[in-house]
Amino acid sequence: MKINDAIFGVLFAVLGAVVLYHVQAFPKIPGQQYGPGLFPGVIAFGFLVCGIVLIVSGVRQRGEPWFALGDWMGMPRLVLALLAVVGGVVFYILLAERLGFLVVAPVVLLVWFRVFGVRWMTAVVTALVTSLVIWYVFYKLLRVPLPWGVLTPWAF
Amino acid sequence: MDAIAQGFALVFNLQTMLVIAGASLFGLFVGAVPGLTATMATALLVPVTFFMPPIPAVAAIVTATAMAIFSGDIPGCLLRMPGTPASAAYTDESYAMTRKGQAELALGAGLVFSAIGGLFGTAVLIVSAPVLAEFALKFSSFEYFWLVLLGLTCAIVITAERPLKGFVSLLIGLAISSIGLGNPAGFPRFTFGSTELTGGIGLIPMMIGMFAISEIIRYAVDTSPPLKIVDQPIHNVFKGMGGLAVKYWRQILRGSALGTLIGALPGAGADIAAWMSYAISKKMSKEPEKFGTGHVEGIIESGSANNSALAGAWIPALVFGIPGDSITAIVIGVLYMKNMNPGPTLFTQNPQNIYAVYILFILANIIMIPLGWWCIKVAKQILRVPRNVLMPVILLFCIVGSFAINNTAFDITVMLIAGVVAYVMEENGFPVAPAILGVVLGTMLEENFVTSMIKAEGSFLAFFGRPVAATLGVLTLAAWFLPPVIRRLRRTAGA
Repeated sequence: MKINDAIFGVLFAVLGAVVLYHVQAFPKIPGQQYGPGLFPGVIAFGFLVCGIVLIVSGVRQRGEPWFALGDWMGMPRLVLALLAVVGGVVFYILLAERLGFLVVAPVVLLVWFRVFGVRWMTAVVTALVTSLVIWYVFYKLLRVPLPWGVLTPWAF
Repeated sequence: MDAIAQGFALVFNLQTMLVIAGASLFGLFVGAVPGLTATMATALLVPVTFFMPPIPAVAAIVTATAMAIFSGDIPGCLLRMPGTPASAAYTDESYAMTRKGQAELALGAGLVFSAIGGLFGTAVLIVSAPVLAEFALKFSSFEYFWLVLLGLTCAIVITAERPLKGFVSLLIGLAISSIGLGNPAGFPRFTFGSTELTGGIGLIPMMIGMFAISEIIRYAVDTSPPLKIVDQPIHNVFKGMGGLAVKYWRQILRGSALGTLIGALPGAGADIAAWMSYAISKKMSKEPEKFGTGHVEGIIESGSANNSALAGAWIPALVFGIPGDSITAIVIGVLYMKNMNPGPTLFTQNPQNIYAVYILFILANIIMIPLGWWCIKVAKQILRVPRNVLMPVILLFCIVGSFAINNTAFDITVMLIAGVVAYVMEENGFPVAPAILGVVLGTMLEENFVTSMIKAEGSFLAFFGRPVAATLGVLTLAAWFLPPVIRRLRRTAGA
């Protein structure tokens, strides 16, 4: 995924400007010249300057497209894979607490295996085994409180 | 002497030995599978080491990374695909050797001279770190301020093709480090009223995102065709190694020395050390025309360079808390979590821990020989492990690992965002290393600046008031301003 430097430039310049404005409201420390606003202010100023330089250099590179997606864009299977990776993690973040690790983990694993082209049989078995192993290692051995969710009545 | 004995006792006990064995196998595997890097191995280890005492935790990272940097050579040789970026410099060379029927020689050279390079870097670490630490005991906030700034500058100068993009990457890192309460004034910055953000962005979930999630995304959208393993019988990889060591002792020494130095410079690690060593090897060689056709000389030099860089990176990490590469950036996070805060006092107050680290490095590079030999034997089986099964498993592990540090789902979000951002950055020529350094060092930079300013009552000149501070300051300013001036002079001279 290639994005023209100028677009990055606009992004950073705007970010810099917003932060610069925002830090003006930070409190001053009495008797001290350097409050909490200084450091972010310098960074924001840096973003602003670099953003402008990137805009100039991006516009100068004639013939460079503004936005070029990778070769994978033309291959639906890969687009799906990308969406599944990001979507699967989001799905886990949103639902793990409610449904429980042992419900969500095998589901996302199964989806990932399938979009990466693993055969059904292997995918189902590996999804279940992996979820249980990771659950055992982290929940039982390392005592990480992985959520039980709907399985709470059977928690042990 | 007592501390050394204690150091041995810390390493040679059942728990640490088991951890070393496990981490070695893990490192060899991760290194040998293309798309899984040594830094990723470190990031994946952290959630597990989190639950260990300090020395086994450090042992796991030291052994896993040493093994991974070596075993990264294996798929380069057999698949023409580097197992870790540190092997990329000579992948074509070793593949060319394989096609000439010299896979044995290429793999043997990779193994033996990796170990030698690693031991060389360790020796430099052992000799120089205590000296530097003693020197650093006298450092005040002025020196530390310049040191951090010099480190950050280094990261931009050596890692970025375009310094501007390296600088932007650094700013991103510094900006992330400024989020939360962790600033001298204790004022909540950029928290948007969120309680999770007041604590700042967690380093470990971010690292897992940047080094593991970004690789998984890269795998998901990878369009290159499946790789074919070269089927060649591999017998005795150690044959002829003695002869090579005698013939190319200069190259081994040069590669190891350069590797250690590059490793010690902040921001650049094993991969850059290997590229630079390979280039120098070709330039200085008596037979440069043979390079690229399957010639072992460059593999020897850069193969020892990337392993020596690993140990070199620990020098500034242990002495100053300034990471030499991405791996030690994670290590510093681990050391802080284990109350083994890096800095010169680590050498005076708990010397047994430092001795244990030295012993671990020596041990890792010695057991690399038999374990690496075994790994080469089973390489074909490792390379057949289906990556479409492996990647989802790693992804789930990343989720649980990020969650495990603070037990919050927020950290999983941090991991995901960091992964996507790192992927987009690298695709567009923004190096990730300066950002990592910015995150790790941002707080230190600000704290030392503010402390110095309070001490100096607002006078900038005080930053040059002490001899060491002045020297570091001049060096930093030179690193900022000299390269553009030289470039301009060259252009005028050329025109």
